[in-house]
Amino acid sequence: MTTVAAKPATMAQALTRAMRDAMAEDPTVHVMGEDVGALGGVFRITDGLVKEFGEDRVTDTPLAEAGILGTAVGMAMYGLRPVVEMQFDAFAYPAFEQLLSHVAKMRNRTRGKMPLPITIRVPYGGGIGGVEHHCDSSEAYYTATPGLTVVTPATVEDAYGLLRESIASDDPVVFLEPKRLYWSKSQWSPEAPAAVPGIGKALVRRAGTSATLITYGPSLPVCLEAAEAAREEGWDLEVVDLRSLVPFDEETVVASVRRTGRAVVVHEAGGFGGPGAEVAARVSERCFHHLEAPVLRVTGFDIPYPPPMLEKHHLPGVERILDAVARLQWEN
Amino acid sequence: MTVQELPGAGAPHRVTPPPAWRPRMEAAPLLPDPEPYRVLGTPAAEELDPALMRRYYAELVRGRRYNAQATALTRQGRLAVYPSTVGQEAAEIAAALVLEEQDWLFPSYRDTLAAVARGLDPVQALTLLRGDWHTGYDPREHRIAPLCTPLATQLPHAVGLAHAARLRGDAVVALAMVGDGGTSEGDFHEALNFAAVWQAPVVFLVQNNGFAISVPLAKQTAAPTLAHKAVGYGMPGRLVDGNDVAAMHEVLTEAVKRARTGGGPTLIEAVTYRMEAHTNADDATRYRTDAEVEAWKAHDPVQLLERELTARGILDEEGIREARDAAEAMAADLRERMNADPVTDPMDLFAHVYAEQTGRLREQAAMLRAELEAEGE
Repeated sequence: MTTVAAKPATMAQALTRAMRDAMAEDPTVHVMGEDVGALGGVFRITDGLVKEFGEDRVTDTPLAEAGILGTAVGMAMYGLRPVVEMQFDAFAYPAFEQLLSHVAKMRNRTRGKMPLPITIRVPYGGGIGGVEHHCDSSEAYYTATPGLTVVTPATVEDAYGLLRESIASDDPVVFLEPKRLYWSKSQWSPEAPAAVPGIGKALVRRAGTSATLITYGPSLPVCLEAAEAAREEGWDLEVVDLRSLVPFDEETVVASVRRTGRAVVVHEAGGFGGPGAEVAARVSERCFHHLEAPVLRVTGFDIPYPPPMLEKHHLPGVERILDAVARLQWEN
Repeated sequence: MTVQELPGAGAPHRVTPPPAWRPRMEAAPLLPDPEPYRVLGTPAAEELDPALMRRYYAELVRGRRYNAQATALTRQGRLAVYPSTVGQEAAEIAAALVLEEQDWLFPSYRDTLAAVARGLDPVQALTLLRGDWHTGYDPREHRIAPLCTPLATQLPHAVGLAHAARLRGDAVVALAMVGDGGTSEGDFHEALNFAAVWQAPVVFLVQNNGFAISVPLAKQTAAPTLAHKAVGYGMPGRLVDGNDVAAMHEVLTEAVKRARTGGGPTLIEAVTYRMEAHTNADDATRYRTDAEVEAWKAHDPVQLLERELTARGILDEEGIREARDAAEAMAADLRERMNADPVTDPMDLFAHVYAEQTGRLREQAAMLRAELEAEGE
């Protein structure tokens, strides 16, 4: 194999490449969804796949999310590995009965006899100026559903590595794609992609000593930026990227917080019942004697996703994170 | 502003559509016959295959007895619930018998009898309703999908499986069962639409038994028949007497053959009646009259076949007795095995959630194991 030198590649390109490579290696991998064929998806994530693999394996379906996921269940029952695209976060909701009642439970209902290896790609989150129903952070619905694996990459490398692993997984995976990072770039070689840790492993993206920012997906770059800005205030922040919400890598998170003694969880989804609530609870349970301050959360407000001209007020930004970090100077 | 003042007023309201804008097929051939198709009691019954009909008779008698036994088991507390198919045995059994070994059955929660008629051990088929696990059998081994409790959600599974089989070059047909109430669900629509667009080898069997729990068909749909719904999807719709097992066999066989030979899906409406309540938890006297139930008794699927076969000399007293004896033996065996307390394993709670247990589940499993050990001490 000729190794192609790393050059700037986008997360979108890495995702496309992940599907392409998975399809080339495994004839049971099928891509399906609305507009995934000739158009290559509205975000062009499936670009070129139908030309290479044909309409039997890259299928433009009727416009019906329950039908898309429901037929994918049947295809998986017959031994295929469907990779389903839900065009936007909120468009996936009509498929929730299939997701909750069947996709998440089939392994359990059949005592392990009928696992469903389905990957459900969901472009999610805000920050792209999308109108209503195009920017939801829906991760809590998925993480609250036993039987689903929930993954969200924040880097080009992870986009490729985690999607390959999701497709290879014998369990259904909700693969949340932070759509505002689709065009983020990295030095990356599509012919020899860097190996990344698998599903269920969090990563320390930036080492630090004074507090830990725990985050994932679209909020990772914001947290890294905040960590740089915090240096001026004398704060040396560690940043943990969860990468996988279910399973949740408690050990990496707990080890980091025990080192730093302070923690802020950051995500776009609303705070009430959001993934940050779970992380904060676990950190409190396991790091109580190491904590110098309460675990804080910086999240989207507990509101329906706002119109695009107001979203900047809703999304957690650097300032809001720095304010939280300042509040960690808890004394007495 | 009135209509006349609107910009463009005065132009023709209807413009001539461009040539590409036209229906893709003639509607008439897709329309179901106005009356349910029947064989028993008509001249067509002369063509019946005696051996096949004797087999159907034995299965119907066994099915009736199975329904009675399962209902009795709910009274004894051995089943949490049982949705009876008394009166619907012809449709249930024909659905199972028209399939070949490689085909798949997608039953709803009411279709235990179809699963049993396909060869599933009655005890395994009743696991869901007894409550010791959700699915008591390996779906792949029997090619029977798990009994589906949410309405119509198994229909898209049937479409996807049939589509996948065709992509792999396998001559597999999926037969999916749903009730009249289930036809109002969105998944019914999406499944039929996908099946027709993909020309998937699927047969949709609607058992119109008159009621969705208590809601009668007239409040469920405004369509002339449920079979008419097929037309809008571009597939044939067949209306058949669901209590006439010979008619059910013929119509289902034709639809299965069409699916297997690349002719695409069919929607079949079997007109039948649920003689008992929705389940043992239901009070059917609140929403229907005894007179209505009595009228349907005269159109009982077991009696219809028995009358036809005895009149034609295909079945005699001995044949009837043999069928009843076999049914009694099945019931006795079922009763005996269902009276044994099922063995459950609490650790199963954590065993089949993911291929590999998460850390959280390992912790919770350890907690339960410790509780069990403490109880055991």
